[in-house]
Amino acid sequence: MFTVDLLINALIAGVLLGGFYAAVSLGLTVSFGQLNIVNIAHPAFIILGSYIAYMCNSLWGLDPILTGIIFIPVFFLIGVGAYRLYYESFERKDDEALRGLAFFFGVMFIIEVALIMVYGVDFRTVQASYIGQSWKAGAIGVPTRMFVPFCVAIAMFTVVFLYMSRTFNGRAIKAVAQDRLALQLMGADPVKIKQLGFGISIGTAALAGALLIIIIPVEPSVGRLYIGQVFAIAVLAGLGSIPGTLVAGLVLGVAESLVSTFFGPSWAPAVAFGILLAALAFRPQGLFGR
Amino acid sequence: MFMKSFRKTTLGGWLKRSLATAIIAGAVALSAPAQANDTIKIGFSMALTGGLAGAGKGALIAMQVWAEDVNAKGGLLGKQVELVYYDDQTNPATVPAIYTKLLDIDEVDFVVSGYGTNLIAPAMPIVMQRGLVFPSLFGLAVNAKFNYPNYFQIMPAGPEPMTDWSRGFFEVAMAQDPPPKTIALVGADAEFAKNAVNGARTNAENLGLEIVYDESYPPKTADYTPIVNAIQARNPDIVYVGSYPPDSVGMVKAATEVGLKTKMFGGGMVGLQFASIMTNLGPKLNGIVNYDFWVPEPTLKFEGVEAFLAKYQTAAEGQGVDPLGYYLQPYAYAYLQVLEQAITATDSGDHAVLGEYIRNNSFDTVVGNVSFAPNGEWAKTRTLMVQYQGIADNELETFTKAGTRVVLYPAEWKSGDVNYPYAE
Repeated sequence: MFTVDLLINALIAGVLLGGFYAAVSLGLTVSFGQLNIVNIAHPAFIILGSYIAYMCNSLWGLDPILTGIIFIPVFFLIGVGAYRLYYESFERKDDEALRGLAFFFGVMFIIEVALIMVYGVDFRTVQASYIGQSWKAGAIGVPTRMFVPFCVAIAMFTVVFLYMSRTFNGRAIKAVAQDRLALQLMGADPVKIKQLGFGISIGTAALAGALLIIIIPVEPSVGRLYIGQVFAIAVLAGLGSIPGTLVAGLVLGVAESLVSTFFGPSWAPAVAFGILLAALAFRPQGLFGR
Repeated sequence: MFMKSFRKTTLGGWLKRSLATAIIAGAVALSAPAQANDTIKIGFSMALTGGLAGAGKGALIAMQVWAEDVNAKGGLLGKQVELVYYDDQTNPATVPAIYTKLLDIDEVDFVVSGYGTNLIAPAMPIVMQRGLVFPSLFGLAVNAKFNYPNYFQIMPAGPEPMTDWSRGFFEVAMAQDPPPKTIALVGADAEFAKNAVNGARTNAENLGLEIVYDESYPPKTADYTPIVNAIQARNPDIVYVGSYPPDSVGMVKAATEVGLKTKMFGGGMVGLQFASIMTNLGPKLNGIVNYDFWVPEPTLKFEGVEAFLAKYQTAAEGQGVDPLGYYLQPYAYAYLQVLEQAITATDSGDHAVLGEYIRNNSFDTVVGNVSFAPNGEWAKTRTLMVQYQGIADNELETFTKAGTRVVLYPAEWKSGDVNYPYAE
C-alpha cells in the first residue's frame, strides 16, 4: 500500500529516528573512529546515562535531557579516568589489541552488574511533557517524543563538530591516531589528547542515554542489543567522521522507516546492514572516510 | 635465627592447623549426610540477569516466600525445603549445564523450570531422560513437540495454548455489534511473540476475518511509529499485537501519538502487566484489551492470594523488582504448591508416583483450582482478557484498585463490560 501521506510520515519518522541513532553512535565515532580505541562498553555507558536520567527524573522530577546535559562533565571525567587506566594497563605496553578489548568487555559487565545491584532488573522509564504528544497537520504527524531527541542530537553534533574542527585540541584529537609523531612535533602530548578525546566520547553518552530512555524503557542489559547498530553507523560513516555519523544515522533511520512502512519491519535490519555491506564493497572507507 | 624460629613456628602452626582441619573435616563429614537427609532440595535455573530478569527475580522471591511458608509449617515429608538455583542469564545455552549440575553435583530431589518458553525447552531433554516430574513456569506450548507426560505447566494458557492464548481477544471482539471484519497482526520476531501471533492468525482465519496486515518486527526496533502508521493505512477493525516489554511500551506510545483509529487494540502484549510500565504509561493504557493472569478484581480473590501478595510485596521492597507482583508471582508460588500438595498427598518422592498423581488430581492454589490436561497445560484456559479503564494518573496506587483492569473473559471471571471501540 502506497500513499503520499504514508511516505511523508515514513520520511519524518526515519529522519527523527536517524538523529537518535546518530546521537548514540557519536561517542563511538570519536573513540573507535578517531582514537582507535575499540570501546565495546560504549552502549553500557549510554545505559548508565539512562539510569542517571531515570534517577533524577523519579526523585526530583528533572527533565531527562537537562539531566543529560548536567552530567556531561561527570561522564567526561569518567572517560578521562577510564582512558588513563586503559593507557597505563594496555596501550603503553602496546597490548591494547586483544587485552584492551577484554578490558572494555569487563567494563561493560561491571557497569551492568553495578546497575543490577543498585536498581535491580525491572524496566525503567521517565516522564516528560513531550512524551506521548504529537503535532498533527492532517494525516501527517510529528511525535514530540522523537522530535525533541532529534533536536538535541543535532545540537550535540553541532557542538562536537565545531569543537573538533575549530579548536587546536579538537584537530589534535582527529590527528592523534593518524600521526602521533607529527602531533608531538606540534607540541601536543598524544596521551593527554587521547584522554581528552575519550572524555568527550564518554561525555556524549550522558546525553545519548537520556535520549534513549525517552524513547524506550531500559534495563541494565539493553545496551547489548544496540552494539551492532552503533558500530555499523560508525563504520558506515567512515571511521572518525562526525558529519558522516549524522548522515549514516539518517540513512539507516530513513531506510529502516521506509522499509518498515512499505515492505514490513522484519526486513528493516537486512536492508540496513545491506546498505552497510554495499558501502563497504563500493566505498570501503565509508561515506565520509578518506 | 630468624629461619629457625620461622620453621619452628610454621611447623607448630601447621600441626595445629592440620589438627583443626581434621576435626572440622570430620565434623563436616559427619554432619553433611545428616543435613542432606534433613532437607528436600528443589533445584532450578532462573533469569536473574538479562532480558527476562525483571520477571525472573520476582518469581524467585515468590518461590522463596513459598519455601518459608512450607518450612514454617514443618516442611515436606518432615524435612525442611531448600531451594538451589543458578542464574541462567536469560540465556538458553546455560540451561542444560545448570540442570546437569543440579542433578549430578548438587543432587537435588526435584527440579522445576526457570521462567519462560526459551529457558524451559533446553531443560526438557535432561528432565525427560531421567523421568523427572517437571513443574514449569510460563512456557507457551513447550510440550507440543516433546509430549512428555510429567510436564506440568502453571500458566493458564489452556490445553491448546497457541490458540487459547488469544481466544478471549477474539471472543470479546466477535461479541460486538457489528462484529469486526478485518484484523492487523503484528508481533516481535521471537519465540513467544511468534507463537502468540501464530495462534491469533489461526483464530482469525477460523472466524473468517480478513487479515489486512501481518508482519513481524526485530526485537531491537527503537521506534514503532512507522509500523503503527502502516497499520493505520490499512484501517483494520481490530489490531492484535504480540510483543515484549520494551516493544509493548513503544507500540502503545506510537499508537497514542499516531492516534490509531481501530476498534480493539492489544491482545498479547507482555509488559503491560508490570507495575513500572503501567505507572509509566498511565492513561495511555485506557481502552487497550490485553491478556493477563491475575488482577485485583473481586472475581479473582482466590484463597490465599492476598496473603501471598502481602508477603511478596514486603519481600520485594528495595529489590528492584515489580512491587505489586500480580502477573507471574502468584503462579511462581502456585507451581510449587502443586508439587508440595502432590508430595504430601502421596507421601512419596517417587517421580512416577507424583506424575501419576498430578495428572489425575486437581490442586487448590493461590491462583485458584488447577488441573492439567494430558499435554501438561491447564485443562481449561483461564487466560484473562482485561481492559484498562478509567486510569487518570500514573500512580502505583491506581493499579491496586479494582476497576482499572476489568476482566472481560472468560465469562466465569468477568468483572465488567468492554468499552468499544478503542479509538473513543
